[in-house]
Amino acid sequence: MQRTSDQASDTKRWGAGALVFAALAVVGGMSNAYVISLLTIVLLFTFMGQSWNLMLGIGGQLSIGHALFVGIGAYAVAILNIKYGITPWIGLLLGAVIAGFVGAVLAWLSFRFEVRGIYFALLTIAAAEFARIMFGGWDYAGGMQGLFYQAPSGAMDLGMLRGDARFYYFVALALAAIGVAGTELISRSYWGYVWRAMRDDDEAARALGVRTFRHKVLVVSISAATAAVGGGVLGLVQGAIFPDSIMGMAISVDVLIGPVVGGLGTAFGPLVGSMAAIPLHHAMGALGDALGLPGLNSVAYGAVLILVVWFLPDGIWPSMVRLYGAVQLPARGRIPQLRKVEE
Amino acid sequence: MPDDALLAIDDLCVAYDGSNALNGVSLRIGKGELICVVGANGAGKTSLIRSIAGIVPSSGGSVRINGVDISRRPPWDICEMGIAQVAEGRQIFGALSVEDNLLIGGSLKRARHDRANTLDSVYQLFGRLRERRDQLAGTLSGGEQQMLAIGRAIMSRPEIVMFDEPSIGLSPALTDVMFGVVKSLNEQGITVLLVEQNVAKSLALSSRGYVLENGSVVLHGSSRDLLENPDVQRAYLGL
Repeated sequence: MQRTSDQASDTKRWGAGALVFAALAVVGGMSNAYVISLLTIVLLFTFMGQSWNLMLGIGGQLSIGHALFVGIGAYAVAILNIKYGITPWIGLLLGAVIAGFVGAVLAWLSFRFEVRGIYFALLTIAAAEFARIMFGGWDYAGGMQGLFYQAPSGAMDLGMLRGDARFYYFVALALAAIGVAGTELISRSYWGYVWRAMRDDDEAARALGVRTFRHKVLVVSISAATAAVGGGVLGLVQGAIFPDSIMGMAISVDVLIGPVVGGLGTAFGPLVGSMAAIPLHHAMGALGDALGLPGLNSVAYGAVLILVVWFLPDGIWPSMVRLYGAVQLPARGRIPQLRKVEE
Repeated sequence: MPDDALLAIDDLCVAYDGSNALNGVSLRIGKGELICVVGANGAGKTSLIRSIAGIVPSSGGSVRINGVDISRRPPWDICEMGIAQVAEGRQIFGALSVEDNLLIGGSLKRARHDRANTLDSVYQLFGRLRERRDQLAGTLSGGEQQMLAIGRAIMSRPEIVMFDEPSIGLSPALTDVMFGVVKSLNEQGITVLLVEQNVAKSLALSSRGYVLENGSVVLHGSSRDLLENPDVQRAYLGL
């Protein structure tokens, strides 16, 4: 479809995106090790936040258990690489396939039996917790002791996805860029508007001939598969994975905080939100350690969430856009689930 | 009507939680007809449309289009067979642009290949929608939303369009505009099932009518006869 009125702002959007990522690449070339390692985490959670965002922000399906998929990806890469020396590329692919399948089964069973909305979200938590406990008791996968990657030799090896911190920074940057661009492309595609339609009004979409059941399973599956790719890289970056950390509730929260704080259903929201929330989380963690106040970082997370929901219910990014009027917001709008909290 | 009706409904029953919304409704629509189903609130008008569309399951009876029973088919199959609906309350997607709303209507297999042309003809019919194509549908006025809902149905290249109270919430002037649109769609060859509370106007528009009360058809016949029927006049026309 031709939409001449949109083309100018389109160019601006893609140009702005390219500029942001170019700037981040420069930052990666200049910064010290601490900044690099922190931004690597930010960018990985941007990517995973984007996959979560696809599911809720566009598809209308809430997950509070994305750690399940993150963990599956991390374990797929780690088991293949550590036990059999297989390249992480294969692990990432396998992890995505398994997580996509698990996500599809979970969604199929839930929606088949009319478990929807917040009940589906509870089910995702249960599934993640179940998997965490299962992996904790699974000796082959390292059990509670986890799995450790060999310390990197320092030499960059793209085929084995090994390298120094800067190397992983650029891997994460590439993923984040793919996540942002991919969300933008998907939300403009046929799937994009069908998913937003079923998010807005499931019955109306069905009445127009949309196979909403199939599309819901599809969006959950794609979200799960992409989250697993992020998880696989996260495991490599951290050098070790443990069920409690890679499949824990904290990961599920870290995944969703970016899009919720930054702006649901938008392409840039998760990046902006992760940039704001994750460094704060780390800083408060360090401050809490220094002051002997463990848990200060969680309190900070809670405070940020409350403030955002209270004052910027659309998230930071859409509010910024509105404030500066720099970029016309695409037809996306707010998410009903979160609006109810506000009202 | 003869038995080669385009849409033939026999003894259709719909029940919600044990209570019957439709108790054996039968009706016929011939190709190219414009018929109306009138009745008060709760008479089962919306249940009839939702059941034909496959949104609510029927508990008995049959719905046949061109002789094929569709009463157990899912909604998307029924849409593919050329039955579109303009739902009560319009059910537009408020957070999507006007054009995206229309494109969803046109994403059926039967309509996809010719979507750009259909879109163009919808924009010709409703110039206002073309002006507002990039606007969020939720920001349209009530009348514009009704146009959008109708345009979205046209996008699926339907044989039959079912209208569920297209006049609801509209001013009398806009109601006349809407009924004019319904009439002109029918003149372009689309078969119309019009469900309305506005008995006088819909009987004036249609060739035949059915009166629904408590989930059953209590009267049917040519619209002229119904308009002159003393029971209809007393119950619905306030004469």
